[in-house]
Parts: sequence; C-alpha cells; structure tokens
Amino acid sequence: MAGEKGILIGGELPSSGGRPGMTLELLSIGRKLADELNEELSVLLLGNGVNDAEGQELIAHGADKVYIINDPLLATYHPDTFATATEKALREIKPNIFLMGRSEIGQDVAPMVGFRLRTGVAMDCLDLQIDAASKKLMMIRPVYGGNARAHFVCTDVAPQMATVRPKTQDPAPRQEGRIGTVQHLSAALDASVKRSEWVAYNKWESAGGVTLPNAEIVISGGRGIGSAEAYKDTIEVCAGVVGGAAGASKACCDAGYAPPGLQVGLTGQRVSPKLYVAVAISGASQHIAGMGTSKNIVAINKDPDANIFKVSRYGIVADYKQVMPAFIKKCRELVGKSE
Amino acid sequence: MPLHLICCAKQVPDPETPAASFRIDPAAKKVVPAPGIAPVISPFDEQAVEVALRIKDKRPDTKVTIVSLGGASARDVVKHGLAMGADEGILLEDPTFENVDAFQTAYVLSLAVKKVGQFDAIFCGRQAADFDQGQVAIGLAELLGIPALINGQSADFITDNRVTFERVLPDGIGVFEANTPVLTSYSQEVGQPRYPTLRNIMTAARKEISVWKAADLGVNGAAFAPKTRLVDLYVPTYEGACEIIEADSPAEAGEKLALKLREAKII
Repeated sequence: MAGEKGILIGGELPSSGGRPGMTLELLSIGRKLADELNEELSVLLLGNGVNDAEGQELIAHGADKVYIINDPLLATYHPDTFATATEKALREIKPNIFLMGRSEIGQDVAPMVGFRLRTGVAMDCLDLQIDAASKKLMMIRPVYGGNARAHFVCTDVAPQMATVRPKTQDPAPRQEGRIGTVQHLSAALDASVKRSEWVAYNKWESAGGVTLPNAEIVISGGRGIGSAEAYKDTIEVCAGVVGGAAGASKACCDAGYAPPGLQVGLTGQRVSPKLYVAVAISGASQHIAGMGTSKNIVAINKDPDANIFKVSRYGIVADYKQVMPAFIKKCRELVGKSE
Repeated sequence: MPLHLICCAKQVPDPETPAASFRIDPAAKKVVPAPGIAPVISPFDEQAVEVALRIKDKRPDTKVTIVSLGGASARDVVKHGLAMGADEGILLEDPTFENVDAFQTAYVLSLAVKKVGQFDAIFCGRQAADFDQGQVAIGLAELLGIPALINGQSADFITDNRVTFERVLPDGIGVFEANTPVLTSYSQEVGQPRYPTLRNIMTAARKEISVWKAADLGVNGAAFAPKTRLVDLYVPTYEGACEIIEADSPAEAGEKLALKLREAKII
C-alpha cells in the first residue's frame, strides 16, 4: 500500500460503554511505536457530546491529534454503529497502523472493520514492535491456549491492525505542556445500519462491587479447593478482605465449586491484575492463558512440581487449608479492614 | 418453513494435551502432533453445534448442516457433527486451503455458505482452540453481509425470522435480538455438548460427506490473498524464578507471605 501514515488508536470512553483506562494503555504502546517510526499518534473518539477538553486530555497523555465523531447513534455502544463510524474515519484518515483494545468493543469492531477494509488484524496482542528491517508492525500474541507465542505481520495491506489485551500496558502518564490539535469528523450515520437490538442486561452479583476484569487483586481457587463451601470460606472471604475479586480455574467451575462466570483462563475471563493469588491451582496452560500477564503471581499448592510455580513470583508449598486462615488473618490486620 | 442451520467447525490439536507433550517445529512454524493424542473438533465449535441441535430438539424438522475447512483428517470433525445429530456434512478440502489465515478461512467459508444456498442462521465457536483469534465468525458475517452476535451461551428462534441471543459479558449476560439470516458464536457457557449415541454414530457412518474443492467454490485468486503472515512460533519461557516462602509451619508461611506483599506495596 502507499501513502498511509501515522498511528491511530480507537479510543474508548466509559460514557459510551468503553473500558475505563483502555485509551491510556493504548496511548502508551502507541507512543512507543510512533516515536520509533517517527510518525504522528492520533486517537479517534466516538460518542455523543464528546468535547474538545476530553481530546486535550488525551493530548496531555501523549497523543498528537484527536479526532472526535459526535453522533446521537454513538451515544451508547453498538457494534454496527461503531464499526460503520470507525470504517468511515479510517477511510478518511488513512493511518499506517490502527490499534484497538481487546475489550468488548474491540472484539466486535476490530474484525468487522478489518474485513470491510480487506486488511489484516491480529487479536489479543501482548506486545507490539516495529520490525527493524521492514518497518512493519510485529504483532505478538498467545496461541494454542497460551502454550505458544506467535509473531504476525500484515501482508501488503493497510492499515496494519491489532487489538491489545487490556492491562498489559502501563497507562500513558500525563505530561504538562504537550500541544496537539482536536478535529471533528462527521459519520452521518443512519439508524438503518443497526442490525441487532440489545433488549436486556442481567448483571451478575459480585462481592463488594469489584468485578474480575477491573480488579487490582484477584484471589482464585482451583479444583483442589474441594467444595463450594470451602471456596466461599477461603477464596471469597480472602478477596473481600483485600478488596479484590474472586476467580476460579476451569476445573473448579466444572466441579461446581465456583460460579461459571468467575472462570479465569483461555475459555473464561482474561485478567491482568497487580496481584493474582492462585490457591490450589495446578496451572494448566489454559488457565495461564487467562492470568499469565498479571504483575505479581502468588501460588499456594501442595505439589512442589505444579506448573503454576513456573510463572509465580512467590510460592508456598503446603496444603492451602493450613496456609489461608493465617494469610487472611494477617492481611486483615495489614489492610485494616474487617469483613 | 423448516429451519436450516449451518454449523462451522474446525479440527485442532486436542487442547487438553498436557503442556509437557506440547512441541513446536520452529522451522515449519507448526505444532508437532503429540503422539497418541488425536486432533479434535475445536471445543467452542462443538458447543455451537450443541446450540443448533437444541433448536432442532424443539423443532425436529430443522435441518442442521456441518461444514469444516481442513485437511482430509477434518472429515472426522464433520462425522462427529453428524454423530451428534447433524443432517448433512460438507468438507472443504483443497491443497490451497492449507495454512490459511483468518481472512482466507472466512472467505472460503463464505463461498461454501453461498453454495449451500438458503439458511436461517450460522453457528460458530467464539474462537478456534489453536490460533485463538476470534475473527472468522465475525469476518464470515461481514463477507455475507449479515449481523453477527458473538460470545453467546444460548440462542432461540422467537419467530421463524427472528432470534434471541444471550451474550456473555464480563459482568453479566446481555440479551440481543436480530432478524435472520444471522451469524452467532458461542463459548463454554453453553455447557456440555451431547455425546454421540451409538445409533447416531451408525447413521452418521452411512451418510455421504460432500467434498468441495477450491474450483467447486469458485475461489478467486486475488480475493483469496492472505492479509497476515505468521513469521515466528515458539514456546515462551518464563524468566524469574519463584521465591518459595520457607517457614516452620504452613500458617507461618501464610503470615510471611502477607507481610512480603505488604512490604512490596502489592496489598
């Protein structure tokens, strides 16, 4: 392809259903790539009533330019309206690279737009680099349930597209004195692009309002927990004490000890918290695929050869039943919280 | 009118293969099949077949067609779908279909669906258990110009022309509706797929499986071009050794752990 320039980020606004923090995470990796290519970094914001101040805030966090599309049909997220508006913007802006989060929005919109533009997309990337020789975007992502890692490049197509796994990048810091421009584009959307309707939303209950994807601390149990009662008394109580969310391995959910919605892993939720405590979890690659990017992993397992220790920073080799009561008690003292 | 549901399923190395038996040939950029472990239908695809068959359970005149793109061994995936209860099987097999990317896969599937003709809904897995991309289902819908409802746990027909669909979201279930024809994709929340009964296995064994080649589908060289290229495939190594916390008793180790996490400002 020819003439495409710059790196564009599909920003997410919580006000229209986006994932909080996603835009700043994309800005940090986007800035790195833009500096390496010596190209401009811009952000596309979709919503209704998005103002220039919101754009300026992203410029302070590393963007050179912010494009805003306001449209009543973009007030709340819908795959069809967001994909159509994004496609129109890409045809106008013609970036070299287009990045989104692998959030609920990116999971829909990135492949939709990629196919419409007949370009290549790599989903759920853990890292992105610029290949020194070809200057192409090297897209690094887990495959085979986390057993392997793959590097992809786009063929001769544009834009080169990738979605980035949430919480794998540090948020871009705010810098005073950065200058950039905010430009408004029009999508002129028609309601007829919507081909499905969201009719109801049944939220799960979560302890203390902390949900798995956003939790800074996750306490997870494996099949070794042994019963639904033990899961409640150990995992849920511990999560409550440290202000985190409770999670579980597939085996633990399959055994009925934990609700299916709490499954962490390739076939469940992917989390990347500051602290992940794996209690009686052996560490099958399917599980590691969902939590291996956590900043600090702690394993408590009676099997010294359990795979989970390979990815952990701290480990205790013992029966969790003898470790956890003391751990919870000490945490309660330290964190200064009661149940 | 009886419903016609199309299921798309892929053959993958068994995802339950123990990590210790997982090998890669870095030069070929391929997984070396673990000895004695047969490839299987990708689990999410199997769950998609299950959802289609649950609709057929309620409306027995429903026709379910299973399509698989792959090498000759992918015939087993088609047979598995038939043994679960699907009515017709199609194998898309051609030397040019080897090592295809997500775009090419969706492109070939879109031609197959067009060749099948009339249908009401397509059922896919959320992502294949090998490359975990989660693109083909949405891409297939885009190429066919129909809506995609993804990451579901169930679907049903409200009328002959409208489906209701439960999408699994990070903090709950979203209920969606769309008019047919529609594409839907599924994940593990569907629950355990049915086991093929002996009778269905016998019936499936007698069923003829259609084999469609690139020429049968009218694959167009330029439109078939890949959009991404795999340049490296390897088993990641985890650096940083784990610090095992030693103590006189497990309880003391638990206390020490809490103190260490506090010192490191993690809790």
